[in-house]
This record gives sequence, structure tokens and C-alpha cells, in this order.
Amino acid sequence: MNDILLFTILTLGILGTVLAVILYFVAQKFKVIEDPRIDLVEEVLPKANCGGCGYPGCRNFAEVSVNAANEKQSLEGLNCPVGGNDVMKQVAAILGLEVADQEPMIAVVRCNGSHVNSPARVKYDGPASCAFAHQLFAGEGGCQFGCLGLGDCVVSCDFDAIHMNPETGLPVVNDLCVACGACVKACPRGIIELRHKGKKDRRIFVSCVNKEKGGPARKNCQVACIGCSKCQQVCPYDAIVMANNLAYIDFAKCKLCRKCVEVCPTDAIHEINFPLRKPKAEPAPADPERVDSLHVAGNKENDIQSDSKA
Amino acid sequence: MSNLKTFIIGGVHPPEQKLSATAAIRPLPLSKQLIIPLGQNLGAPPRVIVKKGDEVKTGQLIAQADSFISANLHSPASGKIAKIDEAVDASGFRRPAIFIDVTGDEWVDDVDTSPEIVRGFSFSKSEIVSRIKAAGLVGLGGATFPTHVKMMVPDGKKATHLIINGVECEPYLTSDHRLMLERGEEMLVGIQLMMQALEVDKAIIGIENNKPDAISHLQLHCKSFQGISVQPLKVKYPQGGEKQLIKAAVNREVPSGKLPIEVGCVVSNVGTALAVYEAVQKRKPLIERVVTVTGKSLSNPSNFLVRIGTPVNELIAAAGGLPGDTGKIINGGPMMGKAVSSPDIPVVKGSSGILLIPEKESRRKKPITCIRCSKCTVACPMGLEPYLLAKLSKLGMFDRTEGGHIMDCIECGSCQYTCPSGLPLLDFLRLGKQKTAHLIRTRKS
Repeated sequence: MNDILLFTILTLGILGTVLAVILYFVAQKFKVIEDPRIDLVEEVLPKANCGGCGYPGCRNFAEVSVNAANEKQSLEGLNCPVGGNDVMKQVAAILGLEVADQEPMIAVVRCNGSHVNSPARVKYDGPASCAFAHQLFAGEGGCQFGCLGLGDCVVSCDFDAIHMNPETGLPVVNDLCVACGACVKACPRGIIELRHKGKKDRRIFVSCVNKEKGGPARKNCQVACIGCSKCQQVCPYDAIVMANNLAYIDFAKCKLCRKCVEVCPTDAIHEINFPLRKPKAEPAPADPERVDSLHVAGNKENDIQSDSKA
Repeated sequence: MSNLKTFIIGGVHPPEQKLSATAAIRPLPLSKQLIIPLGQNLGAPPRVIVKKGDEVKTGQLIAQADSFISANLHSPASGKIAKIDEAVDASGFRRPAIFIDVTGDEWVDDVDTSPEIVRGFSFSKSEIVSRIKAAGLVGLGGATFPTHVKMMVPDGKKATHLIINGVECEPYLTSDHRLMLERGEEMLVGIQLMMQALEVDKAIIGIENNKPDAISHLQLHCKSFQGISVQPLKVKYPQGGEKQLIKAAVNREVPSGKLPIEVGCVVSNVGTALAVYEAVQKRKPLIERVVTVTGKSLSNPSNFLVRIGTPVNELIAAAGGLPGDTGKIINGGPMMGKAVSSPDIPVVKGSSGILLIPEKESRRKKPITCIRCSKCTVACPMGLEPYLLAKLSKLGMFDRTEGGHIMDCIECGSCQYTCPSGLPLLDFLRLGKQKTAHLIRTRKS
């Protein structure tokens, strides 16, 4: 009995020691040498692993950043939208580099085809997936470019920054948005766009992506861009381009003068977080706080009524 | 009758509901304006060769097929081209279309419009194919694959059997049934023409056993046509699927991702066989087809011979008008058809039926969780795992759907039909198929 025990312990002990020695040398031979700065960079990143930078996860972004620092001595083209400029400064400090400030971005929903503006003609009771509905039909309101309102963008958001407004049936972006771009990819119709957050969070954009001619576009939706190009003519900064019967405001050139908002015949251009204009005929709504909160929530229908057309 | 042939894996048996089976085919009067969408065939849409204001005659070429997989379009009536614009299609998307203001029905000269049946022919293989191509024929079963492409067997392959699909396994639809009964002889000439083009000596007409009149009618006429036989089949959905029909008729299995020619078979619909006859013997282009208009509340379920481009609401009006309780209009049969977004859409080459579903039946069951009963797996005629593939598609894992052979799905809807939880299995399979196909395409390029 004792012999068996002794034999077993000795055999396993010797085997273990020999294998440990072999493993030690193998480990030395095939050692992976990693830049210690990768760990340091990863430490300062937000660790949301959202992919907003264009790389799969924060670890990969850290590796790419360190590689870029080694090879090009610059962090050009690399940006963590979640961490913003602060985090990028820290990353640059670790790597001994400088970074230029990036303009903060935010997701913008470019459709205002709410239940009121684009009333439903057919009823859809299939699965709640925009990707599927997009390949099945044009949309309840009939617009083949507009929001389907089934919330693929909401599902894709890791930051709780986009929600469906049950009243309008449209998604609404809130302040938690870090511009990771997940919703932009999730939307099968390309309605959501990342735009400059703007000074004091003020933004102007064309809230429509309908490429049809004016007639058919307006037939399906009251607030569609009809491609009249009035905004382009009035814009003093050449910020508006017309393509495929659709106006697009280049956010890099836009100076937020709001002239285009006034001339738009279909209220397709939206301004967000602007102070109230001076009333023309009737006094403005009494409660500015309410209007503000609506702006933050991005409730565009109310924007128009209470703000620009007051 | 229990030892009738059928396919082995899966399948379901929905209520047949062939309400219009006894209604003879009626020609529908010409509509005032016809809308001819360009993308009526699988593959590339043809190029428009007319312009606004042109006078056209019935059967005149109005859009020319430029690429290999494409089909010509002909004017279904004589009149004036009103405009070339976009028209709303069945799904609500706006697609390019030709609008024709109809003034009459004056045919182009070389078409033989006499009703006599021309039996004899002495065409070469290439002549038949070129006439089919000129007539703009597509598969009339619904997939609208250009027929001339099907008639050209690729190099190195040899067809042994021509299988004619008279199964009509979709509930409600009766257009093929009526065609077999009323135009059987012409159809058989068409089958002979196809046999000549494919150089095969055997043709099998597969017909489900719920159409005994069509079976006996064709069997009677078959005697005077060498090589053509009728094969009665057990009633089971989706026997009209190409791969299922080959399995049922000649007991061969098409390998995954391959075409029927791999096992020496070419499958064609009975409607296509008739169109081949008309195209070759009468030089008549594909400008009309038989459409079943049916529904439980419809006063007069009918089979109409309709010109392509006729608005669907005219068909419904001719069948007794839209019932008040209609909840859904389906283009096609109840299993594979899709609900249309407006009754103003035109009839196209691929429309086999218009089905009106009453409001109370048109709603989907509220989906609950999958209970892993595997009914869908049992029902799948392709031997797939619909519950898994649907879930993977929903989660966007399209690399794994490819491994699960999602591209073999024939979108028959048997899985969704059997699902006791009311899950939208087919919907996600369709989505997964599209995305997986995109994935495969991008990888290739």
C-alpha cells in the first residue's frame, strides 16, 4: 500500500518538475513582448467597448494608438468619441504626443415623419425590426426613405441615449449620446447622422432624407424636403448643397444663422436649443422651461410650433 | 391512394381553400391606363426603348433586355406612352415604370392571334430559344426567372428530364389548375417545344392529387404526345418548390447551393409551358397571364386572363368588389405571398393571385417565446433549423447563418405556419438570407 503511494507521489512529482522546466524554457523562448504603454492607454479609455472609434473594443484601440505613435509619431485619425478630447489628451500624454481638439459630435435623427405628419395608410404587425421591415415594405406612412419607427437604433445603443417617442413614433436622441455611431449603422435607411454638437448644443439640420421629387414626397409626408432650394439661395455661407431633390446642410460650414429655417416652406429644417425668437404677432409661450425641455428631448413638432413659428 | 409520390423531408398541409377551382378563366376588359414596371423579372431590368408620346401597338417591344439574365417587355395594349416615371410597387417602394394610355387593342402584324391550335413545328433548338427570348418569357410560377436562360443548358451538363410544375400547392390559388383544364393541349405542345430546346426525351407533369380533373384531362391528351407523362402527387405543401418537386417526381436530390440541372432536371411551370407555345408557335409575347382573385368574403372568386399592367383594384372590382371586412390584400398565395401596400399596384408577370383576407384573420398571433418544440425543424422541407437561423439572423450573426445553410431556405413559410408560439421565423429567415447573400457577395469581390 505504502509502495503504491510512494511510487505515485514520486512519479507525479518528477513528471511535474520536468514539465515545469520545459514549460519555463518554452515560455522564455516564445515570450510575447508587449508595449507596456498599451495597458496604460487602455486604463484611461472609457472601456465601453462600443466600437465608436472604428476598432473592435478599447484594447484594440489602445494597440492601434501605440502602433500609430511608434510608426507615425501622431494620433491623426484616431479618436475616442466616448471619452472625447479629455481622454484623447491623456492618451497623447502617455504616448508623448499632441492631439488636436476634435469637435464633439452627436447623433441626429433626420426624419420628422410622425404619426401626424405622415399618417399611416397600412398597418404593419410583423416583427419589430427595422432591418426586416425595410426589405419588406416602404413604411406605414408610405415614405420609402422615412423612419420605420421599430427601434433598431434604440436596441443598438449601449449608452441609453436614444428612445422612441410613443407620441410621434420617432426616435429621440438625448444628452447621453457619445456619438459612437452604433445607431447610424443600425438604421437601414441611413436616417441617423453624426453631426457637430454645435456651440451651446445648438444645431440646424434638414430633418428629411427623402430623395423623391416634391410632389410624391409631400404626398406621403407634410414636412418632407421638396428640394425647392430656397434655403440654398438664402444661405450666406454656402453651407447648403442640393442633391437628389434634397437639401443637406454641411455642419462644417454652417454658422447657425437660422436664415434657412425661416424660408423653408415645409418646415423640414430644424433648429435645436436656440432661444426663442421675438414674437411676430402673438406672444411666445409663457413657460420657457417647458420649451427648453422639449428642445433637449428633440421633440421637433413642438419645436416648430413653439419656436420658429411662434 | 396512400402510396402516391411526394417529397420526404418536412412539409405541411394547410387547408386547401380552392374557392375558384370551378370558375372558368375569363378575359378582363382592357384597362384605361396600364402601368408596366420595368423590374418584372429576376436579374437586370430591361432598358426602355420608347419615349413619351410614342404610339405603340399590342405586342410591340417597349423595353429591351441588354444583359444575359433579363427579359424583354412588350406593350400589353395599343395606345400612347403617357410617361416614363416611377410607380409604387407592391411593397410601396417607387420603381421605374412605363405608363400607357390605352386606346385599343391593335396587334403588331407578325403575331398570330387566331384561336386554332398549331401542333406541328420544325424549329431548331436555337430558334426556339431565340423566340422565347424575344417574347420576354419569365417563369410564371412566381420567381420570374427568364425562361430563355433556363432553356440553355450550361456546357458539360446534360438534362434528362423536363419537369412541368402543375402542383399549385399554395392554398387558394387555382390559375394553373384552370389553365391545365382549359388550355391543356396547347400546353402540351409547349412542353414538346421545351423538350426540343433542352434535347430531353422525357417530360413529367407533376400534379397534386386534389386536381383529379386536371390529371385525367392531361392524361387523356398525353397519349398523342410522345415522352410526356402525368405524375399524380400526394397533396403536401411546398411540393411546388423546384427541389421538392424533383424529389417527388424523379426521386433525385439537388445538392445544397446547386441548380436542378446538376441532377439533370429542368423545372418549369405549366403557365410557362403555355407561354412557350404562344411565343414560339404564335409569336405572341408575354403580355397577359391568368390571375386568381379569391378570398373568403369575396362574392365571386374568379380566374382572370389579365393584361400585364392592369391595376389590381380592377381585378377585385370584376370579382365582385372589395368586401367591407377586408383586412389584407395579398399578392400571391397565403403562404409565400406578400401583403400589398395599396390596391393601385399593377399586375406583373409574376402575379399568380390576389388574395383578400378578412380583417379577423389578417392579424398575426402575438409572438411568445420559443418553447423548443422543434415543430419548425420537422416542417422544414429543406431540413434546416428555422428556430436557430431566425434567432441568429435577429442577433445579426450572419457568419453562423451561412454555416447553417440559410441560403438553402426556399422561404416557403412552413416553419412559421407550424410554430405554436407564433414566432416570425420566416421573416427573420428572409432577412438573414438577404444579409448572408450580401456577406457572400462582398467576400467574393
